Amino acid sequence: MRDIQQLKEIARQLRIDIVTMVYNAQSGHPGGSLSAIDILTVLYFGGFLRYDPTNPWWEDRDRFILSKGHASPALYSVLAKVGYIPHEELNTYRKTKGYASDGYSRLQGHPAWQGNRHGTPGAEASTGSLGQGLSIAIGQALSGKLANKNYRVYVMLGDGEVQEGMVWEAAMFAGHHKLDNLCAIVDNNNLQIDGDIRQIVNIHPLPDKYRAFGWHVIEIDGHDYNQIINAFEEATNTKGKPTMIIAHTVKGKGVSFMENNFKWHGVAPNKEQYEKAILELSAGGV
Amino acid sequence: MMAVDIKSLPKKALRDTYGEVLVELGKIDPDMVVLDADLSESTRTHKFHEAFPDRFFNVGIAEQNLIGIAAGLAYTGRTVYASSFAIFLSGRPWEIIRQQIAYNKLNVKLVASHGGVSVGQDGASHQMNEDISLMRALPNMNVIVPADSVEMEKVLKKIHWIKEPFYVRMSREKFPIILPADYEFELGKGYVLKEGNDVSVIACGVMVSMALQAAYELEEEGIDVEVINMSSIKPIDRELIVKTAQKTKAVVTSEEHSIIGGLGSAVAEVLSEECPTILVRHGVEDRFGISGPAWEVMEELGLSVEGLKKKIKQALDKKSKC
Repeated sequence: MRDIQQLKEIARQLRIDIVTMVYNAQSGHPGGSLSAIDILTVLYFGGFLRYDPTNPWWEDRDRFILSKGHASPALYSVLAKVGYIPHEELNTYRKTKGYASDGYSRLQGHPAWQGNRHGTPGAEASTGSLGQGLSIAIGQALSGKLANKNYRVYVMLGDGEVQEGMVWEAAMFAGHHKLDNLCAIVDNNNLQIDGDIRQIVNIHPLPDKYRAFGWHVIEIDGHDYNQIINAFEEATNTKGKPTMIIAHTVKGKGVSFMENNFKWHGVAPNKEQYEKAILELSAGGV
Repeated sequence: MMAVDIKSLPKKALRDTYGEVLVELGKIDPDMVVLDADLSESTRTHKFHEAFPDRFFNVGIAEQNLIGIAAGLAYTGRTVYASSFAIFLSGRPWEIIRQQIAYNKLNVKLVASHGGVSVGQDGASHQMNEDISLMRALPNMNVIVPADSVEMEKVLKKIHWIKEPFYVRMSREKFPIILPADYEFELGKGYVLKEGNDVSVIACGVMVSMALQAAYELEEEGIDVEVINMSSIKPIDRELIVKTAQKTKAVVTSEEHSIIGGLGSAVAEVLSEECPTILVRHGVEDRFGISGPAWEVMEELGLSVEGLKKKIKQALDKKSKC
């Protein structure tokens, strides 16, 4: 059985790390990191993703790709928490100097693959340019099937990202090839840089679109731990189709003044805002 | 090697060789996979599909997804070939090639067919004259333009085992076979096909055979042309470029590609840094192509033996005034 209170406590600590990283760098994307972190917490700490931080190249590991690469603080905080990288390395996020073999940072503004000279151990792809992660996940899923391996590939997209045409090329392919070792998640926080997705170019109804492309679709509240856990279980048990989890989330979740405000897509808090955020998160969140 | 009359030589399309060699490689490398985007009969990857149906993926008409999937497969340690026409392989998904293949130095071989204007009747929309330029600008990317089917085979058998990104560019038409069977391709090395003292022609692709023919015909006029096959455009053989320039003091580059950004630019960069020399770039001028039978279009755009001879004479003229 999974201890939901324990998972929530981990997510609370990760939220502090996320806000601290962006504050320290005075740069980065807090809003979409905070909306994604509950899902990542369940994936990495809830027993779904199989991985070994002491062996990042373990061939049979499950893969997670953060296609919405701007939420890198969320990924980096998780990779530190599970032990792929030391916690103090989070201070090198978006900094010039860091822990790479050439002295530069391994926590680039957007994730770099662990095989990249400036990549992060545990990062399964270079992302940041939106729309590419789903295709990469398909390549990894195909490779696993070809090698008769039973690893699974997870990929998280932003809802704004779904506007990219490449995402639909990939959706069509994954449905056609019935890639049931593939699970995608859309972090559906309704906001993109310029504002409300539904006003800019509406992507909905998203569940119908993915169903039409041959996917098994699950819709959940992306901050409800029971729903997240059930969705990953359902995805794991779904055969003959890739699974799409559409997770309704709140951008900036956990920091009152960041919540549902697209202005916090890619802005760092000042000292006063940072202290207020930490105070809220230390008290257990809003 | 002496200059030869290329009209007498046997011909073969590089893509035919590509299809054959893919199957050979597939037999010895079980980790290899091949992808195409609905042009597998034209690119000849269908040969691999027939031989190894499980390791071939046709992504349909979706070149961005083609590159993304290629990257995903390469991330898991596979050697990946991805093919389409040059315009669709290098142009449409360029940014994904940059973010995935180049940035992560992935083991993906992008093998493009139908490069240049010899695509012919499909017209300007399908005639890719900017791919060498686009690919050459990417860090970590190697760029190869083989001169004939002999070289195509040697290139593939060499680069297959180099776990880096490559862009290999072929054209649609059959090329005269000009290289000896024992020719060995070396990455970053040019190959002197004919020594000469008056002017150097540094060429790639089909223009290498035309350069040999031009040299053969100019011999009659008492002009001694050095002909170099510069199939490895990135990395490029700086040493050989400088050496030939110091010898002949006049260089002509020749390529079935825009004179902007391709072989001509690569050679110009080396010469201006190392050994400023008279340089004439022969290729597609800053323009789009036209429809018509392949060799007629080539002729119209000046990509012919006659066109090259004119450029050689221009270079000699500039040299005499310099």
